[in-house]
Amino acid sequence: MPKKTYRQAINEALRQEMERDPRVILMGEDVAGGMGSPGEDDAWGGPLGVTKGLMPRFGRERVLDTPITESAFIGAAVGAAATGLRPVAELMFVDFFGVCFDQIFNQAAKFRYMFGGKAKTPVVIRTMYGAGFRAASQHSQCLYPIFTHIPGLKVALPSNAYEAKGLLIQAIRDDDPVIFFEHKAMYDEEAEVPDEPYVIPFGEANLTREGDDVTVVAMGRMVNFANQVADKLAKEKIGVTVVDIRTTSPLDTETILETASETGRVVVVDESHPRCSMASDIAALVAQECFSDLKAPVKMVTAPHAPVPFSPALEDLYIPSPAKIEAAVREVLAFKG
Amino acid sequence: MQLSREELIHAYRQMRTIRAFEDRVHEEFAAGNIPGFVHLYAGEEASAVGFCMHLTDVDRIASTHRGHGHCIAKGCDVKAMMAEIFGKKDGLCGGKGGSMHIADLEKGMMGANGIVGGGPPLICGAALTAKTLGTGGVAIAFVGDGGSNQGTTLESYNLAKVWNLPAIFVIEDNGYAESTASSWSVAGSQVGRAAGFGMPGYEVDGHDFFAVHEVAREVIDRARKGGGPSLVHVRFTRYYGHFEGDAMTYRGKDEVPRIAAERDCLKLFRQRVVEAALLEPETLDAIDREVVAYIDRVTNEAKAAPMPTEADLLTDVYVSYH
Ligand SMILES: Cc1ncc(C[n+]2csc(CCOP(=O)(O)OP(=O)(O)O)c2C)c(N)n1
Ligand SMILES: [Mg+2]
Repeated sequence: MPKKTYRQAINEALRQEMERDPRVILMGEDVAGGMGSPGEDDAWGGPLGVTKGLMPRFGRERVLDTPITESAFIGAAVGAAATGLRPVAELMFVDFFGVCFDQIFNQAAKFRYMFGGKAKTPVVIRTMYGAGFRAASQHSQCLYPIFTHIPGLKVALPSNAYEAKGLLIQAIRDDDPVIFFEHKAMYDEEAEVPDEPYVIPFGEANLTREGDDVTVVAMGRMVNFANQVADKLAKEKIGVTVVDIRTTSPLDTETILETASETGRVVVVDESHPRCSMASDIAALVAQECFSDLKAPVKMVTAPHAPVPFSPALEDLYIPSPAKIEAAVREVLAFKG
Repeated sequence: MQLSREELIHAYRQMRTIRAFEDRVHEEFAAGNIPGFVHLYAGEEASAVGFCMHLTDVDRIASTHRGHGHCIAKGCDVKAMMAEIFGKKDGLCGGKGGSMHIADLEKGMMGANGIVGGGPPLICGAALTAKTLGTGGVAIAFVGDGGSNQGTTLESYNLAKVWNLPAIFVIEDNGYAESTASSWSVAGSQVGRAAGFGMPGYEVDGHDFFAVHEVAREVIDRARKGGGPSLVHVRFTRYYGHFEGDAMTYRGKDEVPRIAAERDCLKLFRQRVVEAALLEPETLDAIDREVVAYIDRVTNEAKAAPMPTEADLLTDVYVSYH
């Protein structure tokens, strides 16, 4: 199977869905780039080149550069979705949701319920998240727990290039609003990705490693860190199951609880802050539903309750690392009740 | 109005300092010594200096992601700025902010900003403080052409006008927002927008320090005297990419070299003051040398300075947390 980067996988999913369905359009700041400028057209393809090549293929009518006006264009994507298009809007960094959240959580998320099941809003909002880029407090946040909190939104966090393609195609074909989180530190990471289109259904977790001793539940980039730890501990004959939840909403509670019951020792790894996080959400779920199977308290590995610092010296301490995950796994293993 | 010799020297030194600072940051970034996103102000110096020369520490400014020039013009410590950009503990924000978040509230510099359109509402608040406390201060939001389209900016025009605030909106139009031309992205005109909100609006050549300085005096005076907000549309270009690493393929072939040769704010300034016999070429040459040596020193010191440590990671989140 051909190897492709996370970036290529996303670009390919967009291209194939635009080829399949003329109602799929893209919009965002510099998603093509060069609008009105004298030099190269399609000069950017987004700040990290993810959508490059799509405008020359589909034209400016279907790949729309926008002014810097998120409230208006994210809202326009929502309105277009409610009226017959299937827009994929790019919110460059998820941190910018602050200037357009109303259109997402009061409009897109609520239409179907408020209108008694009559509305469909098949919009996808692609957005970059995550620390590690030395991008400081306003360009490094995770924030997916905030979106997960809102009924009516679906939230996907692909953990590698294969996942990215399948989850994005599912997101575009899905009739509900989907927030699609791309980790900015993963665009150059490669995985085997089929050339043909495929979907990964939402709400179906994936076991990336299987072992009998500890269950590590993770999402997004943290899945890779968890896998590294599982591989390292396997050499010591410690068996770690890694659950990639893939989507935080819907959440595959069944797989989480099943694996938690099997090992009885659970670590949840979440790159966001600890309060009201996926980590606290999943820890509470496990504590409520399989208390009697647990051999140790659930352990959370998260970023601290602090903004993301700029200085590399601080940011490296900030991000949940494989070393911290490994320590947590050893801690739940060592627990004697 | 005629500037004094001291004022002319100050203006030139400030603009030269910004240029030298940005040129050096450009080099250091290219060499892999500076992490993160860095947006340089080279080519735009006349705007920051032309406005900030009329201000004191009671006056507030809000900047953008392209904030180094505004910081220097507002009096931020250049050495601490450089240390901040390198992520060092004795940086102006302890290494926690970096290039996009340099701030010095005591100097009235409310921060560079990672959010386009973040500044104008804050400046309405700073202007409200000045008005309410009767400090006599004004507040200036520097905003890019791209940022001029953000809802927060347009809402701030309205608020500043209906509250009659001592606020000034400086639209720094360098022709582009990332790779998107302002000739495309801005519907109507900046001055027309000002008129739409009932504010005086001005367009000025941002390569010409003296033109900026003169318009700045007028709008700042008006705001100080209770005459309310104004908007100034400053036009120029940026010399470097949107951020460091941007190949700028969207630009015309010799756009930058042509403007840098013909319309550079430092060259125009020098020409003007030498022709009018206000300053001597040797005086300007001496400033050039001093500034370059100074930037070299602060850069080397910044590089040698210590990084923050684990003890710094969780401080400064709150004033108190109980
Ligand atoms: C709310 C928000 N949207 C988008 C961005 C990404 N972004 C950063 S700078 C920039 C372009 C800004 O252009 P302009 O206002 O003209 O300022 P310039 O870079 O030209 O100085 C964009 C789109 C952002 N930081 N914040
Ligand atoms: Mg601009």
